[in-house]
Amino acid sequence: MNVIVEKSRFSENVVRLVVEAPDVARARKPGHFVIVRCGEGGERIPLTISDADETRGTITLVVQAVGVSTRKICALEAGDTLTDLVGPLGRATDIVKHDGTVVCCGGGVGIAPLLPIVKGMKEAGNRVVSVLAARNKDLIILEDEVRRYSDEVVIMTDDGSAGTKGLVTAGVEDVIKREKVSEVVAIGPAVMMKFVALLTKKYEIPTICSLNTIMVDGTGMCGACRVSVGGKMRFVCVDGPEFDAHQVDFDNMIMRMKAYDSHE
Amino acid sequence: MSEDKHTGRGVAWRVALRDAMSAKERTAIPRVVMPQLDPAIRVTNNEEVNQGLTPEQAVLEATRCLDCPTPTCMEGCPVSISIPDFIKNIQRGDVVEAAAVLKRTSALPAVCGRVCPQEKQCESKCIYVKMKKEPVAIGYLERFAADTVRLMSDAPRPARPTSNSLRVAVVGSGPSGLSFAGEMAQRGFEVDVFEALHEIGGVLKYGIPEFRLPNSVVEAELDSLRDMGVRFHCDTVIGKTLSYSDLLEKGFRGLFVGSGAGLPRFMDIPGEDLSGVMSSNEYLTRINLMCAGRPGSDTPVLRGRRVAVIGGGNTAMDSVRTARRMGAERAMIIYRRSEAEMPARVEEVHHAKEEGVEFLTLCNPVEYIGDERGRVCAVKVQRMELGEPDASGRRKPVAIPDAIDIIDVDQVIVSVGVSPNPLVPSSIEGLEVTSKGTLVVDDSLQTSLPAIFAGGDIVRGGATVILAMGDGRRAAAAMAERLIADA
Repeated sequence: MNVIVEKSRFSENVVRLVVEAPDVARARKPGHFVIVRCGEGGERIPLTISDADETRGTITLVVQAVGVSTRKICALEAGDTLTDLVGPLGRATDIVKHDGTVVCCGGGVGIAPLLPIVKGMKEAGNRVVSVLAARNKDLIILEDEVRRYSDEVVIMTDDGSAGTKGLVTAGVEDVIKREKVSEVVAIGPAVMMKFVALLTKKYEIPTICSLNTIMVDGTGMCGACRVSVGGKMRFVCVDGPEFDAHQVDFDNMIMRMKAYDSHE
Repeated sequence: MSEDKHTGRGVAWRVALRDAMSAKERTAIPRVVMPQLDPAIRVTNNEEVNQGLTPEQAVLEATRCLDCPTPTCMEGCPVSISIPDFIKNIQRGDVVEAAAVLKRTSALPAVCGRVCPQEKQCESKCIYVKMKKEPVAIGYLERFAADTVRLMSDAPRPARPTSNSLRVAVVGSGPSGLSFAGEMAQRGFEVDVFEALHEIGGVLKYGIPEFRLPNSVVEAELDSLRDMGVRFHCDTVIGKTLSYSDLLEKGFRGLFVGSGAGLPRFMDIPGEDLSGVMSSNEYLTRINLMCAGRPGSDTPVLRGRRVAVIGGGNTAMDSVRTARRMGAERAMIIYRRSEAEMPARVEEVHHAKEEGVEFLTLCNPVEYIGDERGRVCAVKVQRMELGEPDASGRRKPVAIPDAIDIIDVDQVIVSVGVSPNPLVPSSIEGLEVTSKGTLVVDDSLQTSLPAIFAGGDIVRGGATVILAMGDGRRAAAAMAERLIADA
């Protein structure tokens, strides 16, 4: 159980792991996440499922080394085992056929959890335009896979090393200006989702974001993942991870995510 | 109730024990005092506060028991332990038999002997109370018997009952699930317990701290369930990893849901979203389950210097005493009623005070104040006074106009209750749920789906370990009867 059958590296700090987890591979849907633990003293870390192969009984996780635990996970090699893996957790993405275009925008490693949604939206018969953004060319991941399920892919980089130079919001706004957009799905750093939400609010386009807050158990017990959505307290692990981006208090979420920074 | 032919009240050794001393002599013996670790030492470590009775103390305390013909103490026990049977075995020196009596109706005697509120249950019904004397220390004796046998290298292991080949599944490995599993295994069922977390034990592991219930004690109880054939599966969320229909396909005939309390409640006051404000579930889970603060653990935990714990229940006491052990200079309970209304066990309040915990009663938090980085730095409290009794029968706290205090804190732990865990109710279609999110059950603890029974906090909303265990026992009896009749 939980054996890493494949490992590849997208960039220095971002790895892709294919992990044996047959029950999760069978049960998961776009939007779901898992909790993994690496080592006996390991933290419980939430990771969104990027892909799954039911026949092989594997799921794909994309991990960015940012803290103690994610660095440990990124250091694992094929053949190693994750101490614990549990899921699929959270609520699945609501995938429906829209009249207009669905814009899927992903920032950095946020592209990984976006991929199954892109795929799901396309398979549901939608016109899908994907906007992928990162600081530079090397940090744009899974471009080919996203392209396979998108009618069009727009690449935005901060330094212009790939696609158009500029922020994700500029790419999204271009699409909104030229065609009818029915829904926007945004996954990436909190600050990116915040600005996408501000933009789409202006155009009154329903927008979904997927939050990756601090969690401890991830099963609806500890409340560490609580966020304010429409002025109400919601729990990312059981009520989310996806929420109406126009209702999320991103500033508060960003502040709360720094709670343990000094411990890293 | 039919009498046990080896240990029942009528057997010769027991009659002899009764005749050996008059009731007057017995009642003249003072109640035993539990040996405790010194408060100054215990706030520096995680060692168990109550050290357990010595064999001499246990035998003397067991002698106090009058071996009543109609033992009222048993009426106070949610799992109906044959209390005089086990106590008199301690008195005659047969601790193995005493432990065997306990195991017949309780899967977790070493746990219950530590965390049950005996003063509200068995001990409150002891004949001594009617005589205006201190009751027999039933809880201490239960712990003594369970611990003594646990630590014996040659203690008899529980036998594996003959299988009836009927498979049942349990969701959650907390007190209700373990109690259910033990009862079903004893009856010959093939039992598989599924736990969402990476450790077995539920609240016994993530909630109750080591200084009140060491993990080694829980592990030993789990081992005896394993000996009886119970299989445990970690990292499995029923309704997510495996669906109810997956379980049916695997051949499970019945399901017991003991998924416990879930979402922590907050008070919906300004500043509750500041960093440094957390639920007791989060705080205790980080420290108890994830071992935060101990070498080798990657999980961080805030170590506040001035910690306010909001609430007056056992979980609040566990949190505030943990905060002291994590180095808090000032560890405070902030509670809106007075000490008399506190739901926590008297012993826990007493231990907390010995450990230097401050009790700010008749104080209700109304706002948390943050610094420029969004970290909590103070709590604004409203002073209260007691008014007329409310729906709970306790006197209702009423705000005193303009009596607002500001207390400097750098960590707040909110311990004002939990709502049922929504995972299972939301993922099994057809399960009827109350407006509070608990599962609807009938008297036999059967849910709206005939093959599914439930107990513990997922039914009660928030209760004690022993009430949850009582549910597991009751549900097992009902489910077993049903499945055997169908087979």
